[in-house]
Amino acid sequence: MRIEMMVNANAESHDVEARTLLVHYLRDAVGLTGTNVGCDTTSCGACTVLMNGESVKSCTVLAAQAAGEAITTIEGLGDEFGQMDRVQQAFQDCHGLQCGYCTPGMVMAVTSLLRENPEPTEADVRLGLEGNLCRCTGYHNIVEAALAASRVHEVHQ
Amino acid sequence: MIPASFDYVRAATVEEAIDLLVQHGDDAKLLAGGHSLLPLMKMRLAQPALLVDIAPLRALSYVRDEHDHVAVGALTRHHDLANSPVAISGASVLAHVAGQIGDPQVRHRGTIGGSIAHGDPASDLPAVLLALGATMVAQGPTGRREISAADFFVSFFEVALAPDEVLVEVRVPKSSPGQWGFEKLTKRAQDWAIVGAVAVRSSSGVGVGLINMGPVPLRASGVEAAIASGKDAKEAAELASEGTEPSADFNGSLEYRQHVARVLVRRALEKVGV
Ligand SMILES: Cc1cc2nc3c(=O)[nH]c(=O)nc-3n(C[C@H](O)[C@H](O)[C@H](O)COP(=O)(O)OP(=O)(O)OC[C@H]3O[C@@H](n4cnc5c(N)ncnc54)[C@H](O)[C@@H]3O)c2cc1C
Ligand code: FES
Ligand code: FES
Repeated sequence: MRIEMMVNANAESHDVEARTLLVHYLRDAVGLTGTNVGCDTTSCGACTVLMNGESVKSCTVLAAQAAGEAITTIEGLGDEFGQMDRVQQAFQDCHGLQCGYCTPGMVMAVTSLLRENPEPTEADVRLGLEGNLCRCTGYHNIVEAALAASRVHEVHQ
Repeated sequence: MIPASFDYVRAATVEEAIDLLVQHGDDAKLLAGGHSLLPLMKMRLAQPALLVDIAPLRALSYVRDEHDHVAVGALTRHHDLANSPVAISGASVLAHVAGQIGDPQVRHRGTIGGSIAHGDPASDLPAVLLALGATMVAQGPTGRREISAADFFVSFFEVALAPDEVLVEVRVPKSSPGQWGFEKLTKRAQDWAIVGAVAVRSSSGVGVGLINMGPVPLRASGVEAAIASGKDAKEAAELASEGTEPSADFNGSLEYRQHVARVLVRRALEKVGV
């Protein structure tokens, strides 16, 4: 079936099977490989992307369900000059990553969290990231990064 | 993991969804948030030939104040229920529990209708609806009918909906904020309950529901009767495991779950001042 959606503000249109998962649509059809597959069972959050600004696990959404919606992946956060956004920058500044496998999902989950709760407490961040696992267990710096990002007020968030 | 092949259609109206269910019978499955159905399909434990996507029916996503009860549209997502001012004031236990399901990503997709229609005894909302004495509204080819929560959960993963019916609304009698207790034991933050308990106080007494204590979500009627006859929380909670048959798995044996149920029910009862 033909599936059309906005991905990082670009109109995408691809012929895929109805059973295609959103994560595979993004990686294989659109060619954006920043979104990782970790557990493939809705547990780890590595595949987190934004659907209309809200975090979802793209291994458990059909591309067909996302048709007509606006998807944002990790590639869509920075500006056209390659400048990272405040959440990405905070992860770098706070060393919020080790191997980096969970990082795209963590950054997207933090982006969604800050949209819903612009001034979270540390507890809010820890609960807000309960759907994202870091096997390097670098949680302290990830939480630091989320809090640091919340203190940066960008002109265009 | 990739699901087996299927056809996918989006229903534009509830009536269209019902027509498709009538035409395709057992081959068709409704798809709401997909957060119970898609994992099963990825593991090939479910292989429907046709998915009828009802998630785009935004008209079935609402939380309304209806004087004596709160009406929740079946396609209301857990996230929207948890943050609804109407639910927070008129059915705060429901809003709170919706906010405890899974994790934020799961709550951005999963719906109350899917949670209930799936009939999983480990789900959180069904036990709350039992304790609240909720009513489900189903729509089929011949119109709408009401089903009480007590009659809704039939057996393991089986509910009282006919194959051509769509769950459209859940009605919960209003309850006062603070007049409830909810306890959920998990090993990891995002997990399903190993055992859960909920107690709600209303004008007609205290309702008590149990999560994951048998093939269906349960109402702890023995506990409720004990409270009505004046027993305190500790005495009443001793009856929480009576007649339960929780399954044993790597999270705990039957005896362990029965013990946890007694503890959690006592804590929930203490929160409602029993
Ligand atoms: C990682 C993870 C953690 C979770 N943790 C919890 C938890 O802690 N507690 C908890 O309670 N749940 C939990 N869930 C389940 C979650 O709440 C699901 O969203 C919910 O059980 C199903 O809702 P859905 O909208 O996704 O339904 P779907 O998966 O779309 O559908 C489920 C079933 O219901 C049927 N159906 C759906 N809507 C209707 C309707 N309106 N009328 C008739 N039939 C319908 C479908 O045909 C299907 O058979 C978790 C899920 C995941 C993936
Ligand atoms: S890959 Fe989707 S949650 Fe782990
Ligand atoms: S940085 Fe390695 S998994 Fe998180």
